[in-house]
Amino acid sequence: MNKLKMSKTNRVNFATYGMVILAYIVLQVMGNAGMLSSTMKGQLVPICAYVAMALSLNLTVGVLGELSLGHAGFMSVGAFAGAVAAAALPIPSDGQRLAAAMVIGAIAAAVMGTLVGIPVLRLNGDYLAIVTLAFGQIIKSIVENLYIGMDTQGLRFSFLENRIVFKDGGRMILNAAMGVNGIQKISTFTAGFILIMLILIVIFNLVGSRAGRAIMALRDNRIAAESVGVPVTKYKLMAFVISAAMAGAAGTLFALGQNTITANKFDFNTSILILVFVVLGGQGNMWGSILAAAFLTILPETPAMRGLADYRMLIYAVILILVMLATNNPTVQDFINANFRKKKKKEGAAK
Amino acid sequence: MGLNTRQKTRCIALLIFLNHLLNGISLGSVYAIIALGYTMVYGIAKMLNFAHGDVIMVGAYICFFAVSSFSLPPVIGVLLAMALCTVLGMVIERLAYKPLRQATSLAVLITAIGVSYFLQNGAQLLWTSNIKMFPSFFSSQPIELFGGELKVSVAAVVTVAACIVIMLALTWFTGRTKMGKAMRACSEDKSAAQLMGINVDATISMTFAIGSALAAIAGVLFCSVYPTLTPTTGSMPGIKAFTAAVFGGIGSIPGALLGGVLLGVIEIFAGAYISTQMSNAIVFAVLIVVLLVRPTGLLGKQIREKV
Repeated sequence: MNKLKMSKTNRVNFATYGMVILAYIVLQVMGNAGMLSSTMKGQLVPICAYVAMALSLNLTVGVLGELSLGHAGFMSVGAFAGAVAAAALPIPSDGQRLAAAMVIGAIAAAVMGTLVGIPVLRLNGDYLAIVTLAFGQIIKSIVENLYIGMDTQGLRFSFLENRIVFKDGGRMILNAAMGVNGIQKISTFTAGFILIMLILIVIFNLVGSRAGRAIMALRDNRIAAESVGVPVTKYKLMAFVISAAMAGAAGTLFALGQNTITANKFDFNTSILILVFVVLGGQGNMWGSILAAAFLTILPETPAMRGLADYRMLIYAVILILVMLATNNPTVQDFINANFRKKKKKEGAAK
Repeated sequence: MGLNTRQKTRCIALLIFLNHLLNGISLGSVYAIIALGYTMVYGIAKMLNFAHGDVIMVGAYICFFAVSSFSLPPVIGVLLAMALCTVLGMVIERLAYKPLRQATSLAVLITAIGVSYFLQNGAQLLWTSNIKMFPSFFSSQPIELFGGELKVSVAAVVTVAACIVIMLALTWFTGRTKMGKAMRACSEDKSAAQLMGINVDATISMTFAIGSALAAIAGVLFCSVYPTLTPTTGSMPGIKAFTAAVFGGIGSIPGALLGGVLLGVIEIFAGAYISTQMSNAIVFAVLIVVLLVRPTGLLGKQIREKV
């Protein structure tokens, strides 16, 4: 029984890897053959970033079981740390510079995740959600008032007011609420693909490990897990920080695919958008997150929706509500369960 | 007057302080009225109604058009906004939330977010995203105290008075009337309430109706102070009022008042004495500290965890 279950997990994991690889190959081929419109091509990097964000939030919401309403805050930290790093690092190769920026973005977000996580993870349920929301707002306020410039002496920081006095050849990188302008677009679809694969490898291996089982035990019943000696804070913080680091890397990927980024781009609405991906895809279900994030990012940009212009966000909202109503409708649930059971029976019969 | 310079400066500083305090209480009263909607709905339906902030915006728009396009008197405009928002709240509850009574809280949360998007984008289609300047209903001549040293705007006085009246009325309603008692019973234990012959669905619907009517009032009051009206006007006060409800202890009516007023005062003081740009961050930082010390808010019930 146990063996059968393990093999099913492995099957799902490999199917997920396969799906991502297949999507990458198909899109690359289509891109090279000129079958993708320029809008779609422009969307590839943001889609990868949102998929990575959805996977990272799914670790917090689905695996750790805590609702986070401030995940865009970590994306923001990663985006700005990565954008500043990419502008400041003297690495000539674009690919290496992107990789270095993403590592720096991930580390910055992980540090922020630790700072946020230590107080936040003491709370439960809705209160935890509110505090993550509050931290998201605080991170936004801080970035909106932060000035970072660079000259021959190195990086210069200033907070609230721009007090930076440059030596020769100095320039502003992050200009408070104006954000980072003139970013060199070095993010590529391939980089996004590699990031998603890395995130999947980390999540699947974490979930299958001793630590992952401890984290899921905390999700299912904290008191029972605690009573058999699972250190609550350690494992909660572990999942939260890993999730934040992934969000940071995704943020860097996103930022380096844009001309301009401002703190506004990573506000409460972005956090909610990513949460929507996770919930629609299914909590704890990684391939669901990937599909939901990719589909919902493309949806407003598809020609059919573009034709509706003004109505597209309204339709998006209606689709969101209808999907939630349908998936939680007892009749529909029974229907899905019935079909699912049939499938299982068939499998049993085949064996 | 026989005051020397030092005493005068002190006096002026005190008056400025009082002025900020009054502004804070006035802003906090608006938050408190909005927070009531969140807290009542949370208490009874155990859901975070994210669309509440957007009902505020709809209320403000209705009042705006009633007064500026149909030149109705402001009082009628407010009443109309309340009536339509009540209907809106009940329709939202019936169509979007009622089918999800048995669903997980996350599913309900996402649906509420969907409703919020719907209202914002619907408003944008109907009324465009151009800024509407909300007319001021109250005389711009401030009430002068201490021989004109301390000026209090009429809007601030009306806001605080409205908040106090609403608070007293709600306390009476939940404590004395049959419907109010039914609401409290439902928030304690829904199935037990049902066994006692309480119509749970009607009670929840009523809660949404009251919350939405209050949101309409809050919308008008908020726009009287901050007159720029856009389809996203409701979201920030919505989020702040929501944190105010949590701050005071979600589910508690006096908690919503306390949380709202404290949040407003902290916001104004932080803006005036520390940093305007960071005032939001300071508000949220205070919230975090309060929740860490008292994890269920200032007046929230401490619930023992059962094994």
